[in-house]
Formats: sequence, structure tokens, C-alpha cells
Amino acid sequence: MSDSLYQEIILDHYRNPHHKGLREPYDVEVHHVNPTCGDEVTVRVAVKDGVVEDVSYDGHGCSISQAATSVMTDLVIGKPVAEALVKHDAFLELMQSRGALEPDEDVLEDGIAFAGVSKYPARVKCALLGWMAWKDATAQAVAVAGGEH
Amino acid sequence: MSAPSFDVEAVRKDFPVLSREVNGRPLVYLDSASSSHKPRQVLEAERQFVEEHYSNVHRGVHTLSQEATDAYESARATVAGFIGGAPREVVFTKNVTEALNLVAYSLGNPGSPVQLGPGDEVCVTELEHHSNLVPWQQLCERTGATLRWFGLTDEGRLALDDDVVTERTKVLAFGHVSNILGTENPVRELADRARAVGALSVVDGAQAVPHQAVSVTDLGVDLYAFTGHKMLAPTGVGVLWGRADVLDALPPFMGGGSMIEQVTMERSTYAAVPERFEAGTPVISQAIALAAACDYLTEVGLDAVKAHEVELTARLLDGLRALPGVRVLGPDTTELRGSAVSFVVDGVHPHDVGQSLDEHGIAVRVGHHCAAPVCRRYGVPATARASTYLYNTAAEIDALLEGIQQVQAFWGAR
Repeated sequence: MSDSLYQEIILDHYRNPHHKGLREPYDVEVHHVNPTCGDEVTVRVAVKDGVVEDVSYDGHGCSISQAATSVMTDLVIGKPVAEALVKHDAFLELMQSRGALEPDEDVLEDGIAFAGVSKYPARVKCALLGWMAWKDATAQAVAVAGGEH
Repeated sequence: MSAPSFDVEAVRKDFPVLSREVNGRPLVYLDSASSSHKPRQVLEAERQFVEEHYSNVHRGVHTLSQEATDAYESARATVAGFIGGAPREVVFTKNVTEALNLVAYSLGNPGSPVQLGPGDEVCVTELEHHSNLVPWQQLCERTGATLRWFGLTDEGRLALDDDVVTERTKVLAFGHVSNILGTENPVRELADRARAVGALSVVDGAQAVPHQAVSVTDLGVDLYAFTGHKMLAPTGVGVLWGRADVLDALPPFMGGGSMIEQVTMERSTYAAVPERFEAGTPVISQAIALAAACDYLTEVGLDAVKAHEVELTARLLDGLRALPGVRVLGPDTTELRGSAVSFVVDGVHPHDVGQSLDEHGIAVRVGHHCAAPVCRRYGVPATARASTYLYNTAAEIDALLEGIQQVQAFWGAR
């Protein structure tokens, strides 16, 4: 069942999440919730010299929210902030596409498995929970770094 | 056994949507605690009114206006009779949420019979839907009163030994039947406790009135709210019933047309109840459809509906109990229990349970069901909830139980 929604890649990330667990050091920690379903995620971001040095997280939620957060960490850790934000924008665009967009594997890698999620409007917020938390934390980290100069 | 006169297959024929398919499977609709489907008779009553008699109500002198007013007031009388009240005790609102906010705001307005302030207490329960919790939190914020509440037992019942109703209590607000655990609360006992200390009793009857015979006078409560869309009527119409002397003493909530007596540039005086609480053009055709829904339920017989649901709920509870890795939250027998059954499947998030069941055409609700404190109390982020109504069948319960096992197999949770 669930050919289009529960792709094997999503199930793999759900069962064996990458980079999970809160780590030091970090610049900013945020806590985001999805009020409609009670999913929660805490994300820590460390940014140094314009590069996303580390993203660690903890939380609970459905397979979609957990797997999307795991994929997100793969995509952004070690990338310049600007490049990571491009990936964020690409993932957001994919989620808002209602199944009408062919995702770019070069940009989104495992994230392309979420293309089917965009056909389930009730689940799009699940897929975006970790991404939104990361973007929030990263923006704060960049602002803090900017203020130090 | 259901009452012999009850024929679920005949009932199902009145609900066209029940014959559709979802994801290639026959629809199994187990989400009536959220909103029910509507029978042809209700849709027809609304259509006929709009096509033949529609106009705005009250104050008009032309024929259609008079016919519409008669139909609207007749609907009020039907709805009042359905719950054992008088027509002038029935206020049409948008839904239960508006009805409860009406009371909470009125009690904080000038002229309120209850003057709330620091030292006074408003009492609720940990089992409430957010609509019977947040308005009271807000009232306490506005007035400086303190919010207190009955806790919950591990079995999903109110901890009635909690010493929270005292001489300081001015309002006791609680649900008749829980939307998340199915628990039926001892309304009469709680209303008596409120009266003994001079507090108003306010009851959320959203999950009771659709499913069982309710007499507000027998229950001995002061105010009682319920909604149309959970009892075969359209969205947009709810009801606040209040005992005549209680409603008479309450100041208005919303101001506007229809709720006034005299208006000058400086001030206004207000109409008698129920018009005092129906500012603006009311929900006319929806109220007429609600009356048709009351007639439909009366004709089927609420005792037969209740007996049928008890049978389905017992089958569901027994079936869930027999499944390894599945846990029911709330009372596990049909004793003092409604038909909403919340459960969790070990190792599978409720959202994934609900999504996977949808692949089988089975509609259940997942999430915190607007009762987040209940989820917190039992240490779960959310639940899946199956809720039955008069049109559900034993075969649909079996389909759900089979579906849950397939969900477990897919997610490797067995």
C-alpha cells in the first residue's frame, strides 16, 4: 500500500534517522510544533564562517516529519548557508506543488522521495516541520554572527 | 441486540455518501464524532424551505418573511422539544464553540448575575474539548478569577473526589460525553454539586445529543450547548439551551440588529430572550434543517440509535482489546460511555495509522482531537479515534480491525 506516499527511502529515514540527538556546540536552538497534530521538534544549528557546521535535533512525530528532518540534515550539514537555503527553497516548492513538480535529484537527493507527500495537503506541514525549524534557527544564527562583526 | 425496529441498511439508504468508494474501497466512515453525514430528508427540508419560502426572518410584513419567520420559530420549538426544553430557552448559535463563548463573555459583561473577580473560581475538567476550556481560561484572564479543574483517573473517568467545587466556585463547566475518550460524565451529580454552592452549571453536550435521549430538565443543568453538524444537520447551526430564569438574567454577548429593544445614539436596551442572543440575521435555513434532523432522529428513535451504537462500540472495544500492540484510551466497557473510541498502535504514529487506514477507505480521525491536555495526561502525542453513528455496521467495525492489522504488518509493528 501507500505507493505514492510511503516511499522506501522515507521509511528508511524514519526507522534509522540521520544526525538525530541534540549535540554541542551550537549557536541557536529552536523548538517548533505542529499544533494540528502535536508533532514537536527541537533543532540546534551551528554556523561558522557562513557554513552550516552542524544540525542536531530531537522530537517526536509521524514518519513523514521524522524522515523529512533526517533528510534535511543530510542536505544542509557542511553546506554554505546560501546553498542550504537553495535546498530549503527547492524542498518548499516541491511540497507546495500538489504533485505537479518533477524534483531535481541533484539538489534534493533523498528529498525527492517526498514528491508524493505534496499530494496530501494534510501531511505537507509534517514534511516541513523540521525544515522550518532549521530555517528559523539558521536565520537567528546568521543574525547573531552578523551582529558580532 | 439492537431494538428490533432498527434497520441499519434502511438507514444507510438515506445517506448517499455512504455508497461511495475511497481509494477503490467502499467508504467506511468512522469519524462522526467530528462531523456526521446528512440524510436526504434533512437536505430536502432545507432545499424545500429555500426554494419555496425563503426570506429574512422577523420584522417583515410580506408573505415570504412571515412564512420564513414561522418556519424558523417552528424549528426552534422542534429543537426545544427534542431536548425537553421550552422554545424561548433555545438560542441558535453558529456551533457549540460560539454557544460556550456566548456564556463565557456574557458572564464577564456589565450586568452579569455573576460578578467574577480575584478570589472567585471557575471550575472545569481535564477532559474538556478546547471549546469548553479556552473560553473559561480567557474569562479568568479578563476577570482575575482562578481556573480549577477535576483531574482524570487512569481509567479515563473524572476524579470526582478532587475537592475543586467550593464556596468560591461561580461556574462549573463540563462535557456530557467526551469527544476523545468517550467517557459519559455524571451530569446530574455535577449539576447538583454546582447548585449546592450557588454556581452555574454549563454543559457541552456536543457528543451526547446526537446519540442518546437527553432531557435538560431531568439533568438539572443551567446551560447546555450542542451543535447541528454532529447530529445529521448542516454546519453553521448550534444551540445554547438555558433555563428560562438563567437566560433572562444574562446580559448580551454580541450587539447588533434583532437583539435590541430601543436604540438611541447614547444607549440601547435589549430584547427579551432568545432574541437578545441572536444578533444579526440568524442561521435560518440551517436551523430549519436542524429541526428536520431532530425529526429524523425522533422517528428512528434515540433509544434504538443508542442500542445500535452500544452494540458497535462493544464489538470495537472487544476487537481492539484482542489485538496485540493496540491500546485503548478511556473506558474499556460500554458502561457510561459514548461511541468515540481512541486508540494507539505501538510503534506507529497516529498520523501514519490514519493515513494507512485511508488507503483502505477507512476514515478515522487522528491528532489530539482538540483535547491536548487529555493526550498529555496519558502520555501520548496524539491518538487515532474511531467513532460510530446510527449508519455504521458491524461489518465496518470488522473492516477497521482488519485494517489495523494490515497497518501493523506494513509498519512492521507486529
